[in-house]
Amino acid sequence: MKSFLHDYSMTAPRSLGEALELLDTDGGIRIFAGGTDLMVLLESGTLQHKSFLDIHSIPELRDIRVTPNYITVGAGATFSDIAAHPDLMRELPLLHEAARSVGAIAIQNRATIGGNVANASPAADAPPALLVYDAEIELLSRQNNRRIPYRFFHAGYKKTLLVPNEMIRAFHIPRADRRKCVQLYKKVGTRKAQAISKICFAGLLRREGGRIADARIAFGSVAPVPLRCEKTEQVLKNGGTLAECLAILSSEISPIDDIRSNAAYRLRVAQNIFSRFFQVK
Amino acid sequence: MKITMTLNGKRMTFDAHPMSRLLDLLREDARLTGTKEGCGEGECGACSIIMNGRLVNSCLVPALQCEGADILTIEGVSAGGLHRVQEAFLQHGGAQCGACTPGMIMAVVALLDHNPNPSEAQIREALAGNLCRCTGYMRIFESAKNAIAAKGATR
Repeated sequence: MKSFLHDYSMTAPRSLGEALELLDTDGGIRIFAGGTDLMVLLESGTLQHKSFLDIHSIPELRDIRVTPNYITVGAGATFSDIAAHPDLMRELPLLHEAARSVGAIAIQNRATIGGNVANASPAADAPPALLVYDAEIELLSRQNNRRIPYRFFHAGYKKTLLVPNEMIRAFHIPRADRRKCVQLYKKVGTRKAQAISKICFAGLLRREGGRIADARIAFGSVAPVPLRCEKTEQVLKNGGTLAECLAILSSEISPIDDIRSNAAYRLRVAQNIFSRFFQVK
Repeated sequence: MKITMTLNGKRMTFDAHPMSRLLDLLREDARLTGTKEGCGEGECGACSIIMNGRLVNSCLVPALQCEGADILTIEGVSAGGLHRVQEAFLQHGGAQCGACTPGMIMAVVALLDHNPNPSEAQIREALAGNLCRCTGYMRIFESAKNAIAAKGATR
């Protein structure tokens, strides 16, 4: 056994109730789900927290439920669960596409949507789709169950509204007839599989009698948090030209240079993706 | 802690740290060295195995989550003689240095278990998480295609 493992511990609660109790009473414990981010940190010696709570085998966290007004995706649902779900494929194509663009199949079989969001990387693949669909996020603790619009969840770079005794329970995505909407999900990485996004995009647009009745766009990797571009949406809905939209978009995003790409490239690609989205009829 | 799993059809118990990697349990405790370590961070697919019917990177699976699991490694795939996917890799030059080969074969076995008649695009998607440093991708792809065609010939 590797010696650094002595510093770490992990426990598997028998139920959701026991998991919430442990989270509440042990302030140092952190959630562990599919492990596709945390196991990498562990092996590289950079996993900061030492004590973990395994929630991957709690069945109710993995539920995907369709009710008259919402599709509810449990935080523990894997990207394979999401990609294979026929209702999500039909009604939420942006989320379906996002799920299929995470890593590769072996990663999708383990990685969970809750982990993708809780890890709070601005480059994560699922958040732009959740933002565009106006998802609500349900947070659960032993004492409390709160449901907030997902667009408020990311408070800053790697900062979220989760408090230490809470876990993400589920995402509630409002159902609507989106058959007449243009929907585009786009991920740009070094290669199609296994790459972390240089930039990712989700957009939804509904035209009605020559005008734009609804427009929602979100980007990953262009700001400290996954970003819903509300100012650009407003210009779109007011009938702005492509040039007007691009001018606002360029001021609304704040891409940076990092290991995967640079600010100039990200800005240009964001504009290109938006232009393509704008021109889809 | 004690971890009991079904490994290649046999119930086995290991004494392991809950956050030990399944990869290390397989290679060091069970002495099943067919599963390779490549990158150790879920990028290369060399350590691919099938867990509860699904392809996973064993370097990213902690031992604790293997309690009660059904694990199939390359050794289990060939337990009753070479699998038709292995036959196809042999016949079509799907292996060069061999380091990626067990993972590639596990990826194709997992694909065919879920989808006996995959399209070319589906084969490419199924192999997208596995890297070959010899860059023998076309032969690997041809081997996978021929494994489908050989369906029923062996098993």
